[in-house]
Amino acid sequence: MNNIEEIRRIIGQHKRWDLIFVIAGIFALMIAVLTFMALFAHMLIDGMPRLSWEFFTSFPSRRPESAGILSAWVGTTLVMLVTALSAVPLGIGSGIYLEEYAPKNLVTEIIEINVTNLAGVPSIIYGLLALGLFVYQLGFGQSILAAGLALALLILPVVIVATREAIRSIPVAIREGAYALGATKWQTVFDHLLPYSSAGILTGVIIGLARAIGETAPIITIGALTFIAFLPPSPVKSEFPFVSFEWLTAPFTVMPIQMFNWVSRPEEAFQLNAAAAGLVLVVMTLAMNGLAIYLRYRMRKNIKW
Amino acid sequence: MAAESPDHLADPGKLGYSIRRHLHERFIEVLLFLSAVLSVAIMLAILAMLLKESAVFFQHVSLWDFLTDTQWTPLFDDAHYGILPLVAGTIVSSLIALLVALPLGTIIAIYLSEFAPFTVREISKPFLELLGGIPTVVYGYFALLFVTPMLQIFFPELPGFSLLSAGLVMGIMIIPYVSSMTEDAMRAVPMNLREGSYAMGATRLQTAIRVVMPAAFSGIAAAYILGISRAVGETMVVAIAAGMQPNLTWNPMEPAATITAYIVQVSLGDLPHGSIGYQTIFAAGLTLLILTLIFNIIGHLLRKRYREIY
Repeated sequence: MNNIEEIRRIIGQHKRWDLIFVIAGIFALMIAVLTFMALFAHMLIDGMPRLSWEFFTSFPSRRPESAGILSAWVGTTLVMLVTALSAVPLGIGSGIYLEEYAPKNLVTEIIEINVTNLAGVPSIIYGLLALGLFVYQLGFGQSILAAGLALALLILPVVIVATREAIRSIPVAIREGAYALGATKWQTVFDHLLPYSSAGILTGVIIGLARAIGETAPIITIGALTFIAFLPPSPVKSEFPFVSFEWLTAPFTVMPIQMFNWVSRPEEAFQLNAAAAGLVLVVMTLAMNGLAIYLRYRMRKNIKW
Repeated sequence: MAAESPDHLADPGKLGYSIRRHLHERFIEVLLFLSAVLSVAIMLAILAMLLKESAVFFQHVSLWDFLTDTQWTPLFDDAHYGILPLVAGTIVSSLIALLVALPLGTIIAIYLSEFAPFTVREISKPFLELLGGIPTVVYGYFALLFVTPMLQIFFPELPGFSLLSAGLVMGIMIIPYVSSMTEDAMRAVPMNLREGSYAMGATRLQTAIRVVMPAAFSGIAAAYILGISRAVGETMVVAIAAGMQPNLTWNPMEPAATITAYIVQVSLGDLPHGSIGYQTIFAAGLTLLILTLIFNIIGHLLRKRYREIY
């Protein structure tokens, strides 16, 4: 009898530890949740009164009440355009190569290890590369082109990994079916594998771009100006050939830099502007990440191979 | 029969080897190969750029001075080039961040993977992912204007810039990376290991800590290493909330600069291309890259050594 009492006691003790751990787990999760709440609430209280139509359509100014983020969001849009146009084809291309074409040899292994290593390189190092290579050696200057390419290098590993995972999840039977009908390798990839993996790739691209939008350090490093009271030249012209690429070499500022600039000012009024800019930035990244999560969720539900 | 067959069957040449198709395929393969090799080229370019500018820097400053001088004042008249203050700032802020992120991240991962009901997990995972997507400059703002004033209630002598508040916020920021990778690793452990453990009468916690975690060790190690390199390379939070004054201190209550914050500080000014100040940021960047590469290599070795294959 005594023995059973003893066992009951031990079981009870172990169950108590289980319970304590569940409480610890919920507590840890709550710390993350509450931090996010505090961050969002603090920015909302400080920034909301500043959010108005004028805030989006005004240039930065010495007077905090009339300062806005026009040049910042235009700059962010143009930089993201360069980033997406360069990182997406290159990332998808190398993803396809590594997953479908690459022979098992030393070169492939080096590329694979290298992609993993690139993902671990701090973002500011990409900024230094862009400063030395794009700004000075290639002579792009402190321009939208240099910033867009720097961010493209930064998100390249994200796009590569997403592409590989999306293509890997397609069953071999699809490839065998295509080959059996006489398709070449590229026809198989382009007509079958790419369309079927497009949702997965898109998810990766969105997550990558959301990261690039908020990335500040590499852009500071290439020396983006913080006080820009003009817009880059318009990419669309009224006369032939209707498009112009002058904007690529224009000086610029982006949202996170504008916010950083306002945060580092001592006047409190500028910090309210920083809160408002931060609010816009957070809503943008949350929306993009939310879209990616939703896409992945729908993909999991709909696709059953 | 022959009359009914489609054109391309009537002409067997179209089914056979076509030089044009072959070239087309080869051309695409080469293009794809080039885009894959680009990632290697980027890595080499990073190394070449950092080494090239640092080489010029080390012609002015001896490596011994760089590693042992206790002052970092490259922009002053009385210039000192000792990297120690920056390394100390990086280590202190990263340690604080990791003291927050590794325990909390691990507890969250164990809870979500082994304890949490389905709905809690389905809601928490995307939420944590969203948390990881918030721009670092926003976390910097939060550290400076919310966390520091909060901490000053408890520690009235805390200055406006401190490694403590930057490190704490950085830790919160890194939790999602650690928890999601750790959880993935733990969920990849096959169910029959858990079932075996339960069958022996182990509780959930015992199973999680003594069976699942050792089996997932290589993945957990990878998550920790990623967390460490995030903390070491993090820039904006420390640049905003820890101040940018190089200061050789191990006291988290003081303001100090990290390697990354110094690079930001120099980049904000207008240093001429090719000056010694310009080269210092590349030397600092090289130090940072070497630090993170060391952690990556350790992670790689740990993964290789302890990989469990099912």
